[in-house]
Amino acid sequence: MSIHELMFYLFSGMILLFSVLTVTSRRILRAAVYLLFVLVSTAGIYFMLNYQFLAAVQLTLYAGGIVVLIIFSILLTSHISQKFEPLGVKKMVFSALAVAAGALLSIMTILDFGFDTVVTTSQNPDMELIGTSLLSYEKNGYVLPFEVISVLLLAAMVASIVIAKKEKSK
Amino acid sequence: MKFDIYDLGSFTSSFDQLLMENFSPFWAVAIEMVIIGIAILAFYAVVGLYLVYAERKVCAFMQCRVGPNRVGPYGFFQTIADLIKLLMKELIPIKNADKLLFNIAPFIVIIASFMAIAAIPFAKGLHAIDFNIGIFYIMAVSSMGVVGILIAGWASNNKYSMIGAMRSGAQIVSYELSVGLSLVTIVVLAGSLQLSTIVEGQRDGWFLFTGHIPAVIAFLVFLVAATAETNRGPFDLAEAESELTAGFHTEYSGIKFAFFFLAEYMNMFIVASIAATIFLGGWMPFHVGGWEAFNNIMDYLPPVFWYIGKTAFIIFIMMWFKWTFPRLRIDQLLTLEWKYLLPINLVNILVMAFVVLMGWHF
Repeated sequence: MSIHELMFYLFSGMILLFSVLTVTSRRILRAAVYLLFVLVSTAGIYFMLNYQFLAAVQLTLYAGGIVVLIIFSILLTSHISQKFEPLGVKKMVFSALAVAAGALLSIMTILDFGFDTVVTTSQNPDMELIGTSLLSYEKNGYVLPFEVISVLLLAAMVASIVIAKKEKSK
Repeated sequence: MKFDIYDLGSFTSSFDQLLMENFSPFWAVAIEMVIIGIAILAFYAVVGLYLVYAERKVCAFMQCRVGPNRVGPYGFFQTIADLIKLLMKELIPIKNADKLLFNIAPFIVIIASFMAIAAIPFAKGLHAIDFNIGIFYIMAVSSMGVVGILIAGWASNNKYSMIGAMRSGAQIVSYELSVGLSLVTIVVLAGSLQLSTIVEGQRDGWFLFTGHIPAVIAFLVFLVAATAETNRGPFDLAEAESELTAGFHTEYSGIKFAFFFLAEYMNMFIVASIAATIFLGGWMPFHVGGWEAFNNIMDYLPPVFWYIGKTAFIIFIMMWFKWTFPRLRIDQLLTLEWKYLLPINLVNILVMAFVVLMGWHF
């Protein structure tokens, strides 16, 4: 077994294990921490594929950003003694069925796709390439989605400031 | 095998060759990983211990005291004695705490700083991983440390820990922005995120000097924001001992407390190394473009000493901050970041982009 395969099995095993733990844990902060482990393992797979930019994005955005936000909101809203009630049998069976159907569908789609077995040289896109193609309006340029997303983010930011702003006392 | 202190790259690559000849690639890589792991672990422990010693000595110097002077010459073994004491202390289990999270929190904090240290260039050729996104990687992995602090505060089931963790979280999340933006300013000047390229780019003068005023502003902003990000005084609200006993690590004892303590000092070391690498040239000796004789004299000191000297200088400045300024309130802290540092930083990036565009830098 090559070192790559070993790492792949390690990371995917961790992803599977902690994904299951995330949804089955009855304490909310533990679920959040398991989610963090899932996201970090995913970043590990990106590192293994030599796509370091996406891995670092995964770490900053998901592990350092979204999980921190989730933990923040848990810290503000829930107490340590809080535990979720165990689910009823009926709910468990149906959610297991739904999950199995979803998994089956995705696996079938992946197997049906028929990937080309062409070996291309592994590319490691550097920051300059990513930066120029983000702002390029020619073919394969991403300036339109980039601008749309930035407008969306601006709107979200303005909205949150408006919500969080204190009312002026009269 | 040739050992050349001025260029350790030849040593490491010949060592790599030796392993590759004698073992299969799998085992060669595995052995290298173990060696680097042990080396970094040992480095981590030694530097952590002596930063604590340095802090106590600097603090004593600032307050006209002598500082630790009993264990060994000049108290040199004081922190080792402290470590032995901490190792032998009882680990107190907390009733009604979330045991699992309580126990993994110190590890999350320490792993985050451990991952960051792997990407730092210590000397020419002494660089464990050289990603093409070096700075971004360090920012990414060090942003995970705050998760450990938040978990520690929550899992302790203690109101002081909780308040400390919330403050620390708010502080780290907001100051990370300033740290990132001040680094981006220099990335604009260097044109690369790769740490080895950035160090090479300072061959004819450090970025602090070649980047004109925007580089100096970025350096100052980075120093302030990095001090805040490492939760050190005057920004140590997270463990303000007069109000919160010890903040998020109130309930921790023994070696688990030592982990938080060590991680805090190592985070200081990491931000100091980043500052030294980005602004002061890392292991690059002090060069002035065109002064050949002067540059040759400067080259006599091996790169690793340049690196240590610069890092120690930045660490000294950060300790100086801690023992000079009084602690800020939480609202002052957030005002400083959001109303002053962030706008300054954003304008500064524009100025730097303009300077680079016009070719005004050296």
